[in-house]
Amino acid sequence: MPTDVAIGVHGLAKRFGTVQAVAGIDFDVREGEVFGFLGPNGAGKTTTINILTGLARPDAGRVSYLGRDYTNDVKQAQHLMGIVPDESNLWPELDGFENLAFCGALYGMGSREREDRARELLGTFGLTDAAKRKFGGYSKGMKRKLAIAAGIIHRPRILFLDEPTTGIDVASARQIRHLLGDLNESGTTVFLTTHYIEEAERLCGRIGFIVEGRLVHVDTLANLVKDVEGKHIVQLALNRDPGELMNPLGEAFSGVDFEALPGNMLRAHTAQTLPLGPLVRFFEERGVDVTEARAIRPSLEDVFVRITGIAAERMLKEKEQGRPKGGAA
Amino acid sequence: MKSWIAFWSILKKDMRTYYLKPPNLSWGIIFPLAWTLMFFIKSGSGFVNIREILPGVMALSILFGTTSMLAVTVTFEKKGRSFERLLLAPIPLETLMLAKTSGAILMGAVNAFVPVIMAAFFVNLGGVAWTQVAIAVILIAVSSTFMGLFIAVSVSEVFEAQTFSNFFRFPMVFLCGLFFPVAALPVFLRPLSFALPLTYGADLLHGAVNGTARLPVALSLAALAGFCVLLFLVSLRNVRRKWIV
Repeated sequence: MPTDVAIGVHGLAKRFGTVQAVAGIDFDVREGEVFGFLGPNGAGKTTTINILTGLARPDAGRVSYLGRDYTNDVKQAQHLMGIVPDESNLWPELDGFENLAFCGALYGMGSREREDRARELLGTFGLTDAAKRKFGGYSKGMKRKLAIAAGIIHRPRILFLDEPTTGIDVASARQIRHLLGDLNESGTTVFLTTHYIEEAERLCGRIGFIVEGRLVHVDTLANLVKDVEGKHIVQLALNRDPGELMNPLGEAFSGVDFEALPGNMLRAHTAQTLPLGPLVRFFEERGVDVTEARAIRPSLEDVFVRITGIAAERMLKEKEQGRPKGGAA
Repeated sequence: MKSWIAFWSILKKDMRTYYLKPPNLSWGIIFPLAWTLMFFIKSGSGFVNIREILPGVMALSILFGTTSMLAVTVTFEKKGRSFERLLLAPIPLETLMLAKTSGAILMGAVNAFVPVIMAAFFVNLGGVAWTQVAIAVILIAVSSTFMGLFIAVSVSEVFEAQTFSNFFRFPMVFLCGLFFPVAALPVFLRPLSFALPLTYGADLLHGAVNGTARLPVALSLAALAGFCVLLFLVSLRNVRRKWIV
C-alpha cells in the first residue's frame, strides 16, 4: 500500500438491522488533500465517519491509516486523528480555554504545551475575548469554531469534519472555511462531509458521492465540473407552480430537460444555447407570467443532482429541518 | 500515549464540574446527615445505639451518593454527546471508565465519614478497626460506583438513571443487613441478600465497628472484590456493545 494514502477504506460494510447503512465501499484519501464526502441524509456518511474514527465497528472491510491496517483496533490510530462531529459537543460548564486545554490533556499533552496551544488556537479562531466564558453561553458560530479548535489541539495529521458549517451564520462559516483552507495548506489531511455543495466546491480537491450506502462516484473536483461544462442552464421564476406544464414543456422543447423547483421555479438543462423567446411565449400562451429568467453556470450542484438523483435543495432542507437520519446516516 | 494525563484531567474535571458543585456537596453532606439524625434519634431510643447503627448509615451514604452521582453525570455527558469526545480520545476504554468512576468513588468514601464524624460527638469510637473500616468503605464505594456505571450504561435519559437506580438501591436497604441481620429476613429472601455486594460491605463494617460480623472477613473481602471486578467488566462490555456499535 503506498504510504501517501492517509486513509484507506476497502470493502467497508455496516448493517443496522434491516438497513444496509454502508454497503462495501472502497476509497483512498491521499495525504494532504481535502476529501469531500457528499450524500443525502441517510446515505451512510456519518456511519462511515463513525467506523473510521472508532465509534462504530464495521461488519466487513478494512481501514488503514498512513499505510497501516487498524481495522481491528482503530483506537490505536486515534492519536493521528482530529474529529469534529456534526454537533459542537464540548463541555458547557467549562470555559473556552478550559475546554481546549482539557481536550489537549485527552491526547496526552503536558500542562504547559496544551495551555500554550489553547491560547494560540483561541487567537487563531478569534475567540481570545471569549476564552473565560462558559462554552454553554457561546453562540452557535463560536461553538463551532471552538469545536474545530478542539479537534486540532493535538495537531492531528488527519482531520474528520462532519458538517462543519451547518446552522451557523454566514460570517462564521466564511471564517471557518478560510481556517480550514489554511489548515490544509499546512499539510493536514481533511475528510469533510457537508450538505453545502458550494462549500465542497470551494474546499475539496476530490469528492466521493455516497447514496444508500454505496459510493457511486469518486473524482477530482476539476473532472467533476468538466462533466457539466458546456451544458446550459436557464432558471425561470414563474407566478405559479409549473407542475402541470411539465409534460407539454417536454413535448414542445425536445432535447431540453426541465426540472420544477420549490417556489414556482423552473430549470431548463440543455447542451445548446436555449433561446428564451419561445420559452417565455410558451408560458404566456398558457396564462403564466415569467417574472425572472437567468442563466446559471453549471456547478458541482448539478453534478451532485445528476449522480445522486437528489436535488441539492431538498438535501439542504432536510438537514436544516433536522430530520432524523434513519439510523443509517 | 500518556494515559495518566488524560486520567488525571478527567478526574479533576469531574470533581470540579460535578462533585464539588454546591448541589452535590450539599447532597453529599445533607443526605448522610439526614440518615444519621433519622437513625440516631430514632423513636425515642436516644443516642444509645449509635455504634450499632453507624455501619448501616455509612453504607447507605456511600450507596446513595455514588450511584446517584455517577449514573447522572455519565448519562448527562452521553446525552450532550460530550462523552463521545472521551470515546474518541486515544485512551484505553478501561482507563477512561476508571477515570470517570474515580470521582464518584472518592466522593462516596468521603460521604461515609460524615456519619462517623457526627457519631464521634456522641459516643466513644475507641476500639473501631479503622483499617478494616477504610478497606470496607473503599470496596463499598467501588462496587456501588460500578453499579452506578452499570445503570448509566443501561439507560439513555437522566431521569431513567434515577428511576432505574432506585430499583437497586431501596431493596438493598432492607436486604443487605444494614440495620438488622440477614438472618432475620425470611428464608426465601436470604439468597437474594448474598447476591448483593452491599451485604458483604455492611458485614465488614459491622465487624470493624462493633465486632458483630456474621461472615468471615476474608470471604466478605473476596466477595466485594469479586463484585467490583464483575460489575466493571460487565459495564465495559456494555459500553463496547451499546456505545461503540
